[in-house]
Amino acid sequence: MNLVVFLPLFVPFFTGIIGLLLWGKPQAQRVVSLLGGIGLTLVGANLLLTVIQQGIQVTYIGDWVAPFGITLVADLLSAIMVFVAGMMTLSTVIYAIVTLDAPRERNGFHVLLHFMLFGVIGAFLTGDIFNLFVWYEVMLISSFVLLVMGGERAQLEGGIKYVTLNLIASALFLSAVGILYGVVGTLNMAHLAILVPQVEQQGLITTLAILFLFAFGIKSALFPVFFWLPASYHTPPIAVTVIFSALLTKVGIYSLIRVFTLIFTTDTAFTHTVLLIIAALTMILGVLGAVAQFEMRRLLSFHIISQIGYLLMGLALFTPLSLAATVFFLVHVIFAKSALFLVGGIIHHMTGTYDLKKLGGFYRVSPVLSVLFFIPAMSLAGIPPLSGFWAKYALVRAGLENNQPWIVAAALGVSILTMFSMTKIWAEAFLKEADDGKLRENVPALQSIPAALRLPMLAPIIVLAVLMVVMGVAAEPFFALSLQTAEQLLSRTEYVQAVLGVQL
Amino acid sequence: MKRRPASVIFATGARYILPLMLLFAFFILLRGHNEPGGGFIGGLVVACGFALFALAYSVADARQILRVDPIQLIGWGLLLALLSGLLSLLLGLPFMTGLWPDFAIPAIGKVGTPTIFDVAVFLVVIGVVLNVVFSLAES
Repeated sequence: MNLVVFLPLFVPFFTGIIGLLLWGKPQAQRVVSLLGGIGLTLVGANLLLTVIQQGIQVTYIGDWVAPFGITLVADLLSAIMVFVAGMMTLSTVIYAIVTLDAPRERNGFHVLLHFMLFGVIGAFLTGDIFNLFVWYEVMLISSFVLLVMGGERAQLEGGIKYVTLNLIASALFLSAVGILYGVVGTLNMAHLAILVPQVEQQGLITTLAILFLFAFGIKSALFPVFFWLPASYHTPPIAVTVIFSALLTKVGIYSLIRVFTLIFTTDTAFTHTVLLIIAALTMILGVLGAVAQFEMRRLLSFHIISQIGYLLMGLALFTPLSLAATVFFLVHVIFAKSALFLVGGIIHHMTGTYDLKKLGGFYRVSPVLSVLFFIPAMSLAGIPPLSGFWAKYALVRAGLENNQPWIVAAALGVSILTMFSMTKIWAEAFLKEADDGKLRENVPALQSIPAALRLPMLAPIIVLAVLMVVMGVAAEPFFALSLQTAEQLLSRTEYVQAVLGVQL
Repeated sequence: MKRRPASVIFATGARYILPLMLLFAFFILLRGHNEPGGGFIGGLVVACGFALFALAYSVADARQILRVDPIQLIGWGLLLALLSGLLSLLLGLPFMTGLWPDFAIPAIGKVGTPTIFDVAVFLVVIGVVLNVVFSLAES
């Protein structure tokens, strides 16, 4: 039994159960939730270190050996995602403890958060495509409640769109799994990797690939099915938005990376070209949507979509360099986006608004907060020496090496527009003073938040900002790990060998 | 009882039907391993019994005879499910490996970790359904 793979599933589940038993005792739930967040980070780190040192880790649930039972597999990509998910959980819990309103906390925010994480981690670790569907459902049901918890009008409106589109995606996903099983006769992903190229009707496999693309595309907010995201992500409290933006769409992208590197690799000329076109349209439309926004959370939500386009671009180019860029980008964008949403949350906490037109003057009053916004914003835009620069640089280079100059042009153009909308927040919320040229009055300073709240609110952002600088200045080890991940994904032999014990 | 029941016949009936349903649910739970039945359907039967009682009298009365908060039932059920899976770890086997003892208990049969898991499902289903029913009836 390989406990290393099992523990990241055990911790959030156990935390959720204990939270449930402590229903109606918010103080105790907070402590449990915090311990759960710390625990998940630690077991995630442990998993990542083990996978780096000893290769892919596998465990067979219930002792049913692959391909018959459910296999949990942790390769480098899974392990990285689990570790990052742990860190984001811890950040969210810390932030939620000091900012979340009492009714939401009493109604089980912490319990739902950990049950959602249970689903997210399960999706990262499972080696069985039907089981992946089950984990998606675990994750979605908790996320439905988290999204509408509080019952504000806007939340319910956003919630309906979110639930409807995600249920359509689930139905498509399930149908695709069913047809795949009908065609190939197995659901174990490593086994699929062996059997799919042997299927005679390859046309059917390509059709299935597109069906999976559509299902996961809705979940990860790709063009043309991203509309649920900007309609719903700005409605819940910022702690919920942070964990959603950090993990939910990324689970979709993770699934796309998994199936399009492990299973659907027989007709890359067609499937990966489709991916590339969708990637370009996703990033362009996402950023164009963002440019028009003046509500900070809506603006950032549109940027999630645009960044998803970059992630898909790396997958679509399908070279070791481009996939490494995607892995690096994935971690970078989770950090950058979360930090930006958290800064937005602090501004809202002090002023009560997210509207850029009503904000201004924070640079003069709160230089610390300004720096904490500036780092993730510039990192997202791709300014050296921050993490986003290396991620984009690798993507651009992979695109040029692949003779796809148009996608490179799109990526660079979108970068400039990203820069533009980050500058817009900077100019409006931080630099702008009163219209008549005088200094703006009544701008709240960070000191207006009590010290006991200020530190826990700022701590996650500081850690994320430092990580972004480190990933930028000392990019070498991080990128080496990303390259190793990419090679593991592309060669597939190690994965199949670890799960089934046979050569591909 | 806090208020007069809506119908004397219904209320009297519910008092006799509830224990019968509980017994029947327990029977369904235990026969579930090899034959139709199991924790899920057994839990639904129990929940129906209490829902019937809540209709005949009141939700407050039904909560009173249930004695535990449905949310606590969900929690304990999930904990029991987790523990039934963890037992196999002690023997060095993977999570959720089914363990069966060599001896059988008369009239019930062998009780292994999947049986414990089924009891856990039983508790979770009772908790979830009653939580939904009581919340809807109270609002």
